Amino acid sequence: MSKLDAQIPEGPLAEKWTNHKNQMKLVAPNNRPKIDVIVVGTGLAGASAAASLGEMGYNVKAFCFQDSPRRAHSIAAQGGINAAKNYQNDGDSIYRLFYDTIKGGDYRSREANVYRLAEVSGNIIDQCVAQGVPFAREYGGLLDNRSFGGTQVQRTFYAAGQTGQQLLLGAYSALSRQIGLGRVSMHSRHEMMDLVVIDGKARGIIARNLVSGEIERHSAHAVVIASGGYGNVYFLSTNAMGSNVSAGWKIHKRGAYFANPCFVQIHPTCIPVHGTNQSKLTLMSESLRNSGRIWVPSKKEDAAAIREGQLKPTQIPEEDRDYFLERRYPAFGNLVPRDVASRAAKERCDAGHGIEANDTNEGVYLDFSSEIRSKGKQAAYAKGDHHPSEETILALGKKWIEEKYGNLFAMYEKITDENPYEMPMKIYPAVHYTMGGVWVDYNLQSTIPGCFVSGEANFSDHGANRLGASALMQGLADGYFVLPYTLSNYLAEEIRTGKISTDAPEFEAAEREVKDRIQLFLSINGTRSVDSFHKKLGLIMWNKVGMGRNEAGLKAAIDEIGLLREEFYRDVRVPGEAHEYNPELDKALRVADLLELGQLMAVDALNRNESCGGHFREEYQDKEGETLRNDERFKMVAAWEYRGPDSNKSVLHEEKLDYEFIKIAARNYK
Amino acid sequence: MATKFINITLKIWRQQNSQSKGSLETYTLNKVSTDSSFLEMLDQLNEQLISDQKSPVAFDHDCREGICGMCSLYINGRAHGPATGTTTCQLHMRKFKDGETIYVEPWRSKAFPIVKDLVVDRSAFDRIQQAGGFISINTSGKTMDANAIPVPKQNADKAFEAAACIGCGACVAACKNSSAMLFVGAKVSQYALLPQGKVEAQERALNMVRQMDEEGFGNCTNTGACEVECPKGISIENIARMNREFLLAASKSNK
Repeated sequence: MSKLDAQIPEGPLAEKWTNHKNQMKLVAPNNRPKIDVIVVGTGLAGASAAASLGEMGYNVKAFCFQDSPRRAHSIAAQGGINAAKNYQNDGDSIYRLFYDTIKGGDYRSREANVYRLAEVSGNIIDQCVAQGVPFAREYGGLLDNRSFGGTQVQRTFYAAGQTGQQLLLGAYSALSRQIGLGRVSMHSRHEMMDLVVIDGKARGIIARNLVSGEIERHSAHAVVIASGGYGNVYFLSTNAMGSNVSAGWKIHKRGAYFANPCFVQIHPTCIPVHGTNQSKLTLMSESLRNSGRIWVPSKKEDAAAIREGQLKPTQIPEEDRDYFLERRYPAFGNLVPRDVASRAAKERCDAGHGIEANDTNEGVYLDFSSEIRSKGKQAAYAKGDHHPSEETILALGKKWIEEKYGNLFAMYEKITDENPYEMPMKIYPAVHYTMGGVWVDYNLQSTIPGCFVSGEANFSDHGANRLGASALMQGLADGYFVLPYTLSNYLAEEIRTGKISTDAPEFEAAEREVKDRIQLFLSINGTRSVDSFHKKLGLIMWNKVGMGRNEAGLKAAIDEIGLLREEFYRDVRVPGEAHEYNPELDKALRVADLLELGQLMAVDALNRNESCGGHFREEYQDKEGETLRNDERFKMVAAWEYRGPDSNKSVLHEEKLDYEFIKIAARNYK
Repeated sequence: MATKFINITLKIWRQQNSQSKGSLETYTLNKVSTDSSFLEMLDQLNEQLISDQKSPVAFDHDCREGICGMCSLYINGRAHGPATGTTTCQLHMRKFKDGETIYVEPWRSKAFPIVKDLVVDRSAFDRIQQAGGFISINTSGKTMDANAIPVPKQNADKAFEAAACIGCGACVAACKNSSAMLFVGAKVSQYALLPQGKVEAQERALNMVRQMDEEGFGNCTNTGACEVECPKGISIENIARMNREFLLAASKSNK
């Protein structure tokens, strides 16, 4: 159990990080160029880390599987980034952001980590503005804010519905600057295939050049994994097609514990599934819940008529609409946290009120008509028109909406062929983010010394449910403001190590294993495509390890995934060769890891006999269908040790969570 | 938006690698849902090719929501296909007719060599960015408070519009000269419009333009095809703004 020491510094909550920074070891500037660091992934967490470490003077090698670091999936984050700036003077503070995040995570995250996150949040905004990130501004020239779920203040900074894009391009610009200066060497279209551990320390990686197929050895004094989340285990998700768990899974296989794999965020507002050839789901930003009201018809027969195309939503009178979030959670209304909103939508659809004409009738409305009217009226008044006509109100209201959410509305229309300014949007929950990930201590170090994990790839800050606009915050906090300190603290012991040779037998062995594995997939020569297996895995996960979970379903999932994995190794068909650009091979290698992870997620969900955040076990709910936690038994992080592909054999280690500064309570958004 | 199914013929550019010669191959694909995206249609084709023991078509894609800029493709002679303001991943098959023949080719530009089939190498864009597409500050987060310098909303909005570029390369592909001026102009403008970026605006323009020329992109002759085909509606105003910065810098430094 000694391995699970979270290394939380002593002292009062607000002083922990400052004290820790004062006490950590440093590496002098003249020693830094002698030290190599590898960063895998170039999203917010990876690009910010690589840029910062390069700037400090370390020799950095960065890797991404995309054709450019700028494509990492952080780019798709829409709504915003939280920071406790209190520019709006609405009572925000570091403590409140900390408190909201812990509560939002349903009391399953570490106090010290979350406090540090809130503490550095303000610096992130300062940093990004200095980098030229064009955040939305008010007419006075200062930064604008909006609200996100699970909060009662306006602390979210944004750039239209493209905040992730702008932040990532900011981090990418900092990274590009370091590449240009020769301090970071960039390896695009490269995938990490394994971690090389020598004498118990992370000492490098085996990478595959995805264009030539060549297998490469790269050594370093420390390795940072910033490879994102594993939502693609569900096949259909809001993740990019290439998003995968492989870097995290490889280090798990080499000894890093994997924590809380069952904590998955199902985002309430995505465009519903349309058909079997669908490859991904598209998010409609949570920011839309600032302006949109979620409803279904109160009468089942109205819902049925809508599905059959006989009724339009605009024909349903106000009194026959059930604004179920406002009804159930009046204090937070449409801005309840994501897990709560998702479950409520599922409950209504399960009860027969779903409005989408797909196989499962899964869909609810997100309606902007009230907001269009109220903002239209305001805009008319602002122009001095105190008796605006209906037409003027609607025109000005739509203009206001377009300014705020234009790109999202355009995206919706492209995908669905319906105009959301006239008809309410149809939405339904979809897999979006994974709170679970590689276990790390306060320094973001995994259970393998020298192997650090940041951003979505680690488990650390969001507990059982992440609040909206907090992922961008965490990715950048880890890379810009945490790793430069904690990694240096580790590297201070490495200044005498010297260059690490890639001729070591450990490199040799790891490379051979990778090559054998590739040959294995190419030689199976079965009958079914990689995608067909991936889709099947996704269905098992969505139906049995999705929004509602129960013992029987989870046990079935564990068996079914085991069988599917056997079938995969027997019958998958991977065309082409090892030494060429071969996307089917890339996919096969990734899906093989997802087939192990998916099973571990079910094992973890089965072990956690409680409901908390995004993990909803149907056996554990109160009379109103809200989550029932079991703090006595499960106020802990479940960290799993790898013992082979069959996750039934994985060994559980528990890190108890202590709440010293917050009084733990039932989450209440009513 | 009732779902329909259509049958199509595809003429797709196949090329084994950067060294080999390519050609257009013909495929027929039946029962394509009009709700599918263009890339989902290619997935369906690849599924069919794999089950027929043939080699699947390689194409670049990742986010499939129009923001990562990884997808490309010349579809029926147009960058990102027939719909305006749309990336290939957001183009849906409802834009095509039953029985239609669709031509699919990679971006064509000397500065974007073909990797395989429809995949091209756009790393030239990264190198341009590395030459000056940034503000030279460190990442300490301690520079100054974010609200210390008010930025007129109008400038902030214009900077944002320029920054919306996804780096897909459609501007280059659409241009008869293979010019990258819209891409470079957008980056130069984003920073030049903000007080934080103004300091280095001229130096930046010089450096980025120099790298652009080294990469083998052509010159701008004001045709405007780039603006028309840009999936993000980046305005050619940005090219004018870059030229202004560049001229100011060049006249001062004699470079």
